[in-house]
Amino acid sequence: MVKLIYRKQEFEVRPGMALVDALKKIQVLPEGVIATRNQEVITEDEILKDGDEVKLIAVISGG
Amino acid sequence: MKCVKCGGKAVINMPHHHMGLCKEHFLAWVPEQTERFIHKYAMFTHDANILVAVSGGKDSLSLWDILHQLGYRAEGLYISLGIDGGVNYSAESLRLTGQFAAARGLKLHVVDVQAESGRSIPEWVQADLRGKGKPCSVCGLVKRHEMNRIAREFGFDVLATGHNLDDEAAVLFGNTLTWQSEYLLRQGPVLEATEGLARKVKPLCRFYEREMTAYALLRGIEYIYDECPYALGASSIQYKELLNQIEHAHPGAKHAFYLNFLRARDGGLFASRESVTPALHPCQRCQQLTSAPDLCAYCRMLKREADGPGSQR
Repeated sequence: MVKLIYRKQEFEVRPGMALVDALKKIQVLPEGVIATRNQEVITEDEILKDGDEVKLIAVISGG
Repeated sequence: MKCVKCGGKAVINMPHHHMGLCKEHFLAWVPEQTERFIHKYAMFTHDANILVAVSGGKDSLSLWDILHQLGYRAEGLYISLGIDGGVNYSAESLRLTGQFAAARGLKLHVVDVQAESGRSIPEWVQADLRGKGKPCSVCGLVKRHEMNRIAREFGFDVLATGHNLDDEAAVLFGNTLTWQSEYLLRQGPVLEATEGLARKVKPLCRFYEREMTAYALLRGIEYIYDECPYALGASSIQYKELLNQIEHAHPGAKHAFYLNFLRARDGGLFASRESVTPALHPCQRCQQLTSAPDLCAYCRMLKREADGPGSQR
């Protein structure tokens, strides 16, 4: 499985899926995050592999 | 996705620019574009003494990093707000800012809100009517006052902030919802100096917040990831989330919203500046400009505190 970590929450999706589809599945907009895998920034068309751990870094700040 | 410049593996897709870039070309593109916007909006020249307002966040530290790379003379100003929020927020953001400055040999000015105004931001939020339910309002007021004070006292030519396009689009969205015509006219990449108010510029105003996050990560800039504890539920964050939903359905929508606003404003769509700008005059206490008859909003807040209970508006 592929693990996605977003705002201290963990989600699992099946491997073989593009990041953009994984984001859709966990209802996170690509516009609101930057994804990193093994500390490298990846784009939304990246195909996720079994055992991947993807950190989703929230981009919105403000107040 | 491939980099449009070299065909290598892209690290970011920017649909509003119809391009993806690899790490090397993205890290070169951001400073190049920043320089372009600095010239386009006539923000400052290489002779200027620049004060960069830094919070320890991704945008302001990236701005300082870019200006330093581009060879500008830029010193930093960190305003310590006294916010803990269970995450040691102010102490940690000051630590990261100090670490950033020291690693590059840059000069950092630190102002402590508690020492200057008698109370930390959390204490002002509790004490003053302006802060009740609107902590970002009192925080913004105090920060604007201190940024302007330091810029003037130390003789800086210009005050630069790390506002990105999402920040600007969110402010525009809020002001449009309530048709704040005076604020709409004043919004832009440059706010010219007037007597008592320092010149303010926003060199990152054409970058999406997502691009600035990628820049900070790819440059290895250590910034505070935690959101300010008081920003939870802030209108600006709600507006940004709404705008991102629109952007998702219509790539480039935020970009068009902001740029078309600037064109419309410059084209005189709203009203002449003179017809809606209120007369400004120096505050009787701090001498910074205000539209109020005697004291500015910051000094009124201090006066209410000095006068004690019962003096609230």
